[in-house]
Amino acid sequence: MTALIDTPNLADHDGFYEELLATHKGLSEAESQALNAQLVMILANHIGDRTVLSEALALARKTPLG
Amino acid sequence: MPYDYQPFPYTAPPGLTAPEPRHKVVIVGAGPIGVAMALELANYGVPSVVLDDNNVVSVGSRAICWSKRSLEILDRLGIGDKSVEKGVTWKVGRTFHRDKEVFNFDLLPEEGHKMPAFVNLQQYYVEEFLVRAALDNDLVDVRFKNEVVEVDQTAEAATVRIETPDGEYSLETEYLIACDGAKSPIREMMGLDFAGELFEERFLIADIEMTADTPSERWFWFEPTFHPGQSALLHKQPDNIYRIDLQLGWDADPVEEKKPEKVIPRIEKVVGHSDFKLDWVSVYTFQCRRLERFVHDRVLFVGDSAHVVSPFGARGGNGGLQDVDNLGWKLAAVLEGRADSGLLETYNTERTYGTDENILNSTRSTRFMTPADGAERLFRDQVLALAAKAPFARSWVNSGRLSVPCVYPVNGADDKALPRVSRPGAVAPDAPMGNGWLLNALGGRMVVLALGCQAPEVAGAEVLTPEITDEIRRRYMGEAEKTVYLIRPDQVIAARWPYVDRTAVEATIEAIWRGE
Repeated sequence: MTALIDTPNLADHDGFYEELLATHKGLSEAESQALNAQLVMILANHIGDRTVLSEALALARKTPLG
Repeated sequence: MPYDYQPFPYTAPPGLTAPEPRHKVVIVGAGPIGVAMALELANYGVPSVVLDDNNVVSVGSRAICWSKRSLEILDRLGIGDKSVEKGVTWKVGRTFHRDKEVFNFDLLPEEGHKMPAFVNLQQYYVEEFLVRAALDNDLVDVRFKNEVVEVDQTAEAATVRIETPDGEYSLETEYLIACDGAKSPIREMMGLDFAGELFEERFLIADIEMTADTPSERWFWFEPTFHPGQSALLHKQPDNIYRIDLQLGWDADPVEEKKPEKVIPRIEKVVGHSDFKLDWVSVYTFQCRRLERFVHDRVLFVGDSAHVVSPFGARGGNGGLQDVDNLGWKLAAVLEGRADSGLLETYNTERTYGTDENILNSTRSTRFMTPADGAERLFRDQVLALAAKAPFARSWVNSGRLSVPCVYPVNGADDKALPRVSRPGAVAPDAPMGNGWLLNALGGRMVVLALGCQAPEVAGAEVLTPEITDEIRRRYMGEAEKTVYLIRPDQVIAARWPYVDRTAVEATIEAIWRGE
């Protein structure tokens, strides 16, 4: 039983993916990293549920990474 | 005017000529924690001997931020009003990134408390006030220039060997309390492990004397233009003394950095002029360490000897005074046979719990202030960047989370409908009461606080029925018509009920003395 939704939940995910890439366009490697870090914190604050966030962190940390 | 360091008198102790009878309590260290401990025990009628290898108060401001709880404790020891009067009262902290304010906090946004959120007062003043009170107290025997060089214990007593200018002697004591600081010689002599974390960072700390018109607030900067890439902290103290902390980085040479020709130009950049006098300088590292146990049979550890934290949460001196608060009534009860050593064990469990909370908070602040390269630095820098554009990120900016007493995990009855601020385990919130204050009325006894009802006579506690004011209603009753609180001698709430039940109250009192 998990609190985190890990099944499709986003309408227009292809559109979001495109927008995510477009947001990074023209940024250096370091700027992209900074943007991602800010994005994580903005979304974490919006979600506002510590259990969901812990599960999200655990999922991201699971191999394979990179 | 900078402080005038006057030596306290040394007199040859009686033990040099004839063995002294076994003492109840011997305290090692006449710093703020050791002397506060002696005065606290004296409030419970317990005499003690305080030994110190030195004969002057601490040099430099050192612990300067005394929290509301500490002031309440000092008030019980007779120096609360004096400390507030001499100190600089403040409650607002401002945090800047580069030269813009990104976050501020108000530590006591409500009225109706005797003591303010914080008072800045140099440690040497607090020590002086405490030592003067101790010298005037017949139950406290302070012995300067008495250095403990050996410690031993049996099941019944601890023994210390002491060196004085006139030779050596020994003392036997039922309990030995080590208040001998972060480098505790007693801890060393007993071979106890002081485990924890050292952060690879150095801070310069300086007291300067200058006339300025700054508000009484705590100012913290991340990456200010006057000290690029690093952090800085400014505190106002009495006597026109300002305290400045500057981050230097791990590669800084501590000896070199203390030289006036290095320090003065750094300070000039902070204050924008050279019209000041350097009063004291030190360079320190951040450490978070604690003893695994604070109670070692007949030897008890209190204050920095038991735990050290990095400084930006004001959790060192204040944490030590909370140890004193917790231990005093327990040790007094054990010495008079009211309780057995099970109660003393709760000093260990409760204060290691409080210490872990202090260490957790100060480790988090330190990590934010001095991030390691890589992800730590990335996120730290991005919190600061985000703080300029989104309100939520401002509270993530961590320049120190300032000392508040922990809420002990106690077993007493609770009614969740009552206000959270006065839940069991918390320190009883102060409130105006008649012409005085609730905390003063509680004193250092077991108290049944009956609100909106008459409590029956209870064995082992005094009953207090204050008038229901707005503050008492808000802090203790909420929507309830009546409530009964049981409050420990250290003013920690033990249990509360929405009805009157004498049997339950008396059973809880007995459980407290048994250490349950």
